[in-house]
Amino acid sequence: MTSARRIGNTVIGVIFTALMLFPLYWMINVSLTQPTDLRKDPPNLFPVNPTFDGYTRVLSEQLPYLGTSLVIGLGTVAVTLLLSAPAAFALAKLRPRGGTVLNFVLLIAQMIPGIIMAMGFYLIFHSWGILDTVPGLILADSTLAVPFGVLIFTAFMAGIPEELMSAAKIDGAGPWRTFRSIVMPISRNSVVTVSLFTFLWAWSDFIFASTLNRGGGFQPITMGIYKYIGNNTQDWNAIMATAVVASIPAAVLLVVAQRYVAAGVTAGAVKD
Amino acid sequence: MTATHTTSRVTVRGETGEVASFPRATSPVRPLPDRRLRSRQRLRGHLTAWAFIAPVVIYLAVFYAYPLYRNLDLSFRDYTLRSFIDGTAPFVWFDNYVEVIQSSTFTPALLNTAVFTLVSIVFQFAIGLALAVFFFRRFPLAPTLRALFLVPWLLPLLVSASVWAWMLNSESGIINAGLEAIGLTQVNWLTSPQWAMVSVLLANIWIGIPFNLVILYSGLQNIPGEVYEAASLDGANGWQTFWRITFPLLRPVSAITILLGLVYTLKVFDIIWIMTRGGPGDASATFAIWSYRLGFGGGSPELSPAAAVGNLLIVLAFVFGLIYIRTQRRLERA
Repeated sequence: MTSARRIGNTVIGVIFTALMLFPLYWMINVSLTQPTDLRKDPPNLFPVNPTFDGYTRVLSEQLPYLGTSLVIGLGTVAVTLLLSAPAAFALAKLRPRGGTVLNFVLLIAQMIPGIIMAMGFYLIFHSWGILDTVPGLILADSTLAVPFGVLIFTAFMAGIPEELMSAAKIDGAGPWRTFRSIVMPISRNSVVTVSLFTFLWAWSDFIFASTLNRGGGFQPITMGIYKYIGNNTQDWNAIMATAVVASIPAAVLLVVAQRYVAAGVTAGAVKD
Repeated sequence: MTATHTTSRVTVRGETGEVASFPRATSPVRPLPDRRLRSRQRLRGHLTAWAFIAPVVIYLAVFYAYPLYRNLDLSFRDYTLRSFIDGTAPFVWFDNYVEVIQSSTFTPALLNTAVFTLVSIVFQFAIGLALAVFFFRRFPLAPTLRALFLVPWLLPLLVSASVWAWMLNSESGIINAGLEAIGLTQVNWLTSPQWAMVSVLLANIWIGIPFNLVILYSGLQNIPGEVYEAASLDGANGWQTFWRITFPLLRPVSAITILLGLVYTLKVFDIIWIMTRGGPGDASATFAIWSYRLGFGGGSPELSPAAAVGNLLIVLAFVFGLIYIRTQRRLERA
């Protein structure tokens, strides 16, 4: 390719990316717009005379929601890792009879629509008395990630050389010790990938939050935004400011863990 | 988890290939066992493996199978507010299903689900593929720009849906301002029956592009470079190369992408709910929306019909999947 064509491609690429990211730009722009300018026609393309009122309101009203989401996200990550990593180790390295059936069940499990799960959970949580609670939501959100976690870990752990396993065995390590002191440290990358997706899914969850925690004292940020939309349809700058703040984990994780994101998407999809 | 620190030296897979290929492991540590001992060792290995797996199996039973069963049971009963208090709900066989199928929402919801799913997938896939091919060229900034494309996919759906709702707002939305600026008439995107579906489709396609881009891009990476070299030696132009080489070789990855797209799109709830709530009327209501609306949409919860709609959604997913697999087979035979 000539350098002129390469530059041309870069220009086209930048235009495509700008088009794709325009809604995000718009979210930031609106979040900084004065409430009086929100109804202006045509709208300001740039935050002329920007205001941080929206953000001040987020910090004063939405912090508890953000905190709850953080707790739910981390709790879901913990549950997911604890359940999926040992199972994946067994599936990948101990290969018991029935393992393929389990793999198939996990694939199918990922395909069940959230609304159907939510309905069942609603009744179950009602009788267990964990409706409107943070632990209840952690358990529900973990169903988004556990099958994915097992599949990703299995794919990764299957690639750990057998030599390593045999060496551990010779040194007298039982399966649990092998798992804990050898397999888990090597699997650090897949731990990051699984944690990343689990956290983002739990953080973004709306369907479980709005069915299983519609009245609780500790609600996640998605419910915070949802209430804003319902109550203050005029205050779009505050809504968008909350949206920007709620997007920060995704943006940060993307920058920090870019390669894990791509790895997670493709491994989760292409591996059978 | 009970298998911690076993002192025995049981090999998990007995004398099969893996261990034998490893001289160190077959050294005199282990005496040649007779058949009984060997089968006992194998049993022990299985037990150890299942000890690791048991938590997930129990989890699947409690948090997947049981909710699904409760949902199915719910759809065959008449569950009312009273049922919450005294715990009783009469068994009514298929009454809820009959009610739901005879409802005036049934036909629009079925059509909307089909249209929403098919149109979303066609556009997401086509745009994702075009972008994957584009970004596969080597040019400055390509990896960075490709990574930026992922951002919309990682955002909470609720956030994306709110942004689109505001951009498509009739009076103050940027889209209508843009249409006006180029001399077109403005559109009541979210509030007119014929445009509501277009609006949610726009947002959903936008959200799905990154996923298609990433998977198809990784598919492109797996096509060996020599094939392209051979094609260029034969004098194939860009278009021919795409249709004769890239597209056919990408077919397995495309199949997975589309199948996953199908599964995800049938589930879509957040976007439509936030943007239009399925409205106006039933204009953009899909099965997922309808089910939620019945169960949790406000007013008195009609959980049993909601569960019936949810189960119809599973049937629909199954039918879609079958149709897809059949078409795929026919294409492969052709």
